[in-house]
Amino acid sequence: MASIPASPNSEATANVQRKRFRSIQRRIQLRYLLLVIPAATFLFFFYGYPVAAMLARSFNDPAWGLENFEKLFRVTRHENWFGLSIPSNGYLRVFMITLRISTVVTVLTLLLAYPVAYVLSSIRPSRANILLIFVLVPFWTSILVRSYAWMVLLGREGTINRILIRLGINDDPVQLLNTRLAVYIGMVHILLPFMILPLYSVMKGIDRNYMRAAENLGAKPRHVFRHIFLPLTLPGIAAGCLVVFILSLGFYITPALIGGPRDVMISMLIAQQVNTLNWGFASALALGLLVISMAIYLVFNRVLGVERLYGGTRS
Amino acid sequence: MATAVQPERLAEQIPGAGFGSYGARVVFQDLEKSYADVRAVAGISLTVEPGEFVTFLGPSGSGKTTSLMMLAGFETPTSGEIFVDDQPIATVPPYRRNIGMVFQNYALFPHMTVGENIAFPLKIRKLSKDEIVRRTRGALELVKLPGYEGRYPRQLSGGQQQRIAVARALVFNPRVLLMDEPLGALDKQLRESLQLEIKQLHDQLGVTIIYVTHDQQEALVMSDRIAVMNNGQIEQIGSPTDLYDLPRTRFVASFIGESNFLEGRVLSSDAPICDVELNGVGVFHAPSRSGLNRFDSVAVTVRPEKVVFAKSKDESFAQPMNVATGTVENVIFVGETRRYDVALSNDMRLIVKQQNRASVENFHKGDQVTLAWCVDDTLLV
Repeated sequence: MASIPASPNSEATANVQRKRFRSIQRRIQLRYLLLVIPAATFLFFFYGYPVAAMLARSFNDPAWGLENFEKLFRVTRHENWFGLSIPSNGYLRVFMITLRISTVVTVLTLLLAYPVAYVLSSIRPSRANILLIFVLVPFWTSILVRSYAWMVLLGREGTINRILIRLGINDDPVQLLNTRLAVYIGMVHILLPFMILPLYSVMKGIDRNYMRAAENLGAKPRHVFRHIFLPLTLPGIAAGCLVVFILSLGFYITPALIGGPRDVMISMLIAQQVNTLNWGFASALALGLLVISMAIYLVFNRVLGVERLYGGTRS
Repeated sequence: MATAVQPERLAEQIPGAGFGSYGARVVFQDLEKSYADVRAVAGISLTVEPGEFVTFLGPSGSGKTTSLMMLAGFETPTSGEIFVDDQPIATVPPYRRNIGMVFQNYALFPHMTVGENIAFPLKIRKLSKDEIVRRTRGALELVKLPGYEGRYPRQLSGGQQQRIAVARALVFNPRVLLMDEPLGALDKQLRESLQLEIKQLHDQLGVTIIYVTHDQQEALVMSDRIAVMNNGQIEQIGSPTDLYDLPRTRFVASFIGESNFLEGRVLSSDAPICDVELNGVGVFHAPSRSGLNRFDSVAVTVRPEKVVFAKSKDESFAQPMNVATGTVENVIFVGETRRYDVALSNDMRLIVKQQNRASVENFHKGDQVTLAWCVDDTLLV
């Protein structure tokens, strides 16, 4: 075995070599950076900057200051039927309605999507791909079209009412359209794929031997679900709920078309303010929506991050 | 083999105590499993004695894992029955079978710590908290990983995960332990040391173990008996030495260890010695076996390590030998042995393995050599 000659400047040579490696490393990193530059530039000029400018309006339109936010948080008092003075704030109430609708929609979507995702992940891949088309086709259809479709179905003379009357369940048409129920139905329908897909992908990645092992160790099917399958799907639940909830927060067309007069969501309020050229206040509302979305994202990401820790052993 | 172990004695021996039970007797009766167009298991019958270590050995698709899955309850047999201690269990759901199992990739629950994993079967059985803690600790001592309760499976090496899987499968005192290629994912050295450890654990606990592997070496080292499986059937079942020295079929002879098969024709089959003529090479002798008639095609079979180099064709031996001459075509150095490919004729080759020692002569490519092996080491299959 020939050994490397120990010359006095071997230390120096090693240093030079190390520096060369480092510069090569840096050049590789730079090359990756170059690949991102076109998209990043586009986003900055055509998205980042305009959004920032829009949001800045909440502080400087019509004048510099926090006037828009004062308006947002201003509590007015008004008398109720019994002559009592009650504090109220219409804008914050819209935020509360939005949060409530989003929560209900997220829960309903999760309950409907979970079994579907389970079936998709359990059957043969060739069949699952066919069934996935049924999930994806509505997903590719415009929200506007689907919301109008629900108007047709839910209207007083709509399909559902006609069936109910034909079956003798009702004598007169029921009010379905322009109710909170219609909003839930429409939004759940539109958002279902956003829940099914992350759940499906997480479930597909779970080694079925975990369930077998649990059964082998004495766990009945319902215990297997509670102690093994459900915890292992938590990352999918978190991801799906996050997407659905945040998308719900910004929903506009569906509640506007099929919701009732009381189902005003933030985005509708923003649109209304823009229509009356209240740009400053509209952007204050938008900022509020953004802050809520970000906060929820951070909370969920925290949960997701914890889950990822035990992503561990997969075959 | 099949030694009944007293539970009182076990309680003293085993760290953590309370492990080990009588092993169960497992009987497979005409067990069959068919899928749409394949018979994965084509009728196997086998009795595994209490406390026995039996290995299902076979290539992939031979039905060994399917058989195991039917015993564990993850597959329902098409016909036949399985008995554990005389109880038919083919229709009992897996969670009521009380059979421990170590999965190929261990299937340790990734969202639970080692302690929670091992405690899982105990918690499901609603044992008291103290009992669970005590037994979990005992199980970890049993597999020589005490104090690992708080770690997550992903923080452990493959070998450690394997031990935890064994601990989890034993902690609820199952009567039978199933192991489905439990060492397949580990490197050779670790595999060999764990083989011995599992074997030791088996001796210690007296539990019946049914082990599935495609690694013949592993099967030979660990098992009391080996069932060699092929095409959904048991080709042969017997002790490791039986299978190695007296393989009944060509499949067994080639799957367990290495064998030379020299195709020939029976010249005479008068017991106890049968003469077989090999085209252009000569006549060889082997202990005769029933069912052979004159002119039957048969293969003269001999293990490569049982063939030696002789000085000449006329050398006199203490025992009756088969002798052949040939040309060395290839030499491979394998470490403890040298492996020679010797051409006996244009289309007949014999592999010879020779210990690598100072006292044995080494040959080179092209050398003319004389080979000899005992008639008693020769088989006809």
